[in-house]
Amino acid sequence: MTVTFLMDGKEITAEDGQTLLEAARENGVDIPTICWHEATTSNAVCRICVVEVEGMRLLQPACIVKAAERMKVQTRSERVTRARRTVLEMLASTMDLSDAPEVLAMMDEYGADASRFPEARRRESEVKDDNPMYIRDYSKCLLCWRCVQVCAADAQYTFAINFDGRGYDTQIGTFFDRAIPETTCVLCGQCVGVCPTGALKAKREYLLEQGMTSEQISVLNTGRKRRKP
Amino acid sequence: MTEIDLTPLQPALEKFIPLRRSGLLPALHAAQEIYGWLPREVAAEVAKTLHVPLADIHGVIEFYSLFYNEPVGRKIIRVCADPACALKDADGLLARLRSQHGIEDGQTTPDGTLTIERSPCLGLCEHAPATWTVDGGISTVGDGTAERDRPQSVIYGSLRMLTVNCGNGTTSLAKYGEYAALKKARAMKPEEVVNEIKSSGLVGRGGAGFNTALKWEGAAKADGSPKYVICNADESEPGTFKDRVLLLDDPHRAIEGMCIAAHAVGASKGYVYLRGEYPYILPPLENALNEARAAGYLNEDFDIEIRVGAGAYICGEETALFESIEGKRGFPRVKPPFPTTNGLFDKPTVINNVETLFNVPLIIEKGAAEYRKIGTEKSSGPKLFCLSGDVARPGVYEVPFGITLRELLEMAGGVTGGLQSILFGGAAGAFATSAQLDVKLTFEDLRAAGLPLGSGVVMVFNETRDMRDVLKRLGRFFAHESCGKCYPCQMGTQRQMEILERVASKKILPEDALRLQDVGWTMTDASLCGLGQTAASAVLSAMKLWPEIFKDEDGNAYKVTL
Repeated sequence: MTVTFLMDGKEITAEDGQTLLEAARENGVDIPTICWHEATTSNAVCRICVVEVEGMRLLQPACIVKAAERMKVQTRSERVTRARRTVLEMLASTMDLSDAPEVLAMMDEYGADASRFPEARRRESEVKDDNPMYIRDYSKCLLCWRCVQVCAADAQYTFAINFDGRGYDTQIGTFFDRAIPETTCVLCGQCVGVCPTGALKAKREYLLEQGMTSEQISVLNTGRKRRKP
Repeated sequence: MTEIDLTPLQPALEKFIPLRRSGLLPALHAAQEIYGWLPREVAAEVAKTLHVPLADIHGVIEFYSLFYNEPVGRKIIRVCADPACALKDADGLLARLRSQHGIEDGQTTPDGTLTIERSPCLGLCEHAPATWTVDGGISTVGDGTAERDRPQSVIYGSLRMLTVNCGNGTTSLAKYGEYAALKKARAMKPEEVVNEIKSSGLVGRGGAGFNTALKWEGAAKADGSPKYVICNADESEPGTFKDRVLLLDDPHRAIEGMCIAAHAVGASKGYVYLRGEYPYILPPLENALNEARAAGYLNEDFDIEIRVGAGAYICGEETALFESIEGKRGFPRVKPPFPTTNGLFDKPTVINNVETLFNVPLIIEKGAAEYRKIGTEKSSGPKLFCLSGDVARPGVYEVPFGITLRELLEMAGGVTGGLQSILFGGAAGAFATSAQLDVKLTFEDLRAAGLPLGSGVVMVFNETRDMRDVLKRLGRFFAHESCGKCYPCQMGTQRQMEILERVASKKILPEDALRLQDVGWTMTDASLCGLGQTAASAVLSAMKLWPEIFKDEDGNAYKVTL
């Protein structure tokens, strides 16, 4: 079964059940995403992929809305670009995007002004360096949820991390802020692998960025690996 | 830290073990009742008992305002600082408490006896400035002068159909009488009951205004078992207090409405999700359920459980409410799928507001044709409005749909002072002015006038009021209550609040009006759920009505292009 619909005026045929995002990508239409990842369940959190669908009152997230027969979709209308630009501008006023090249490229593309929101309270936190494998720098976290998802039912079933706070003050956290070695974390590294911004980073990469040499780092590691007599 | 004695905890948790994860909120309430807060050891024990991952229980505790992961005072005084209470000097009341006890809002006295909190709307707007005090587990409500163990119900209007048993304490089953409408409904086929509701034209009274029969029909036809009926009593829209009055004074009508819904859709289990800030409703509601069980209205075919919220406006959103019952953070789900097919525990679910359910026995008893004689063609039935702010007689008003706003205000003794504006439909509503006094109070007329009926909020501001301050409080409310799931609302409510705080202190920056619009439009257009989609509604309406208050320091008004 296939469905035929219009995307930006172009007729597109998609498999029944395909999302607008999948159909767009197969047909060379660029719809940006931040939270979406092929390995995680789509939660339509970032809303960067919103598109205008004729007959729908509000913008629709392309990552979960299914293509349907005779649907008329606009992926770059004024409403769409305004929403995307404003979300990007709010992100820039909230977090450190220096390690998020894809988001920075989107900001260029949508003409988003990183200083659009003056006097905005930013989400800042100290770098958490509490285990030998990775660091957590939540000043760079854009709450895509991917790490929480792969740590839970999307992959590892470890349930080591969840959320702190609510609303703007939401952050990723452990049980009562325990250090990673005191949690159920098995250091599988999948959260680091899916992090889009460098909020989760391999310890070695982080130390190199901090100016340490490979030799200095390997000494650190040897120290950790030494067995008890 | 002193060692925590876990021995009283296990017996308290026992009854929640079969519920597993879905017993999490009740278990945390029970644990907090013992310890006053939720120490790490206690949270870990609850997690172990209910088989919930430690990180997840932490996430849940962090989400709900009424759960504490650090010690709080034995006594907690919460003062509502939302618009209706602010008009009655809630800030002054807070300031007096602060200076009396030498602590700031959100702090606890060094001896650990008292915590003072600034609270979102407590649903006591007719008793402004409202306070809710919990002292060693004993809950009282106040109005700045007296403390009571339950709020008084203040009812006016031209009808007494929904409120017939309200105003004189809780109505017992003996006084309520037999469930005549249920008896009649059970003699009808389920589809006949749905059709009767359909013929009545009943539309949901919780705020979204969805056709009730369509929900019922959807759930009745859906595959899946068991099916659920939920009474949404998580009333927390600022300015709304009608459901509090209904459920506290006449719980049997809600139970009867749920029983009829259960018969119509084939549901075997019901839940009342009661707002955490309404603890005084819990004992009379539990008692009413017991009376209904003893009388056989609730039985093994259909029974009702109460779930108590824990301080989260978002849990009034139906899918967030399901998540909350399931023992999770109150994150709204993406729709579709809709609750009628994939609701609580992914099963077909009917979820109705308290006032909506109150209409159900009335419709079945009278018959749809007779019911439709009340109200207008497209907005049938009686409607409750919550009047607060600058009116002579704040309270719940029961009237037929179709009277004008002017008539409603006249019933309330008029505006105290000259009318400046009315916040219509709640924080998620819009502002009306004297130019709209002749609008008829119906879904269709209000829609045409650009005013949402919402949950029936009519909050009045006289000409001496500073609307900037009102807007700031609305901004704070949404920033506090955003769940943080989707980006437009998570960041937009914060940016909106920051700009509105500048507006209120008259320190507006160049282009703040444009920023506010972009944030507002983006939240409205791109947010995941109704909270974000309406978080800018009142603000955008204020920008249209009063562009002058968004001028910068030099008096430059920035172009407002709505």
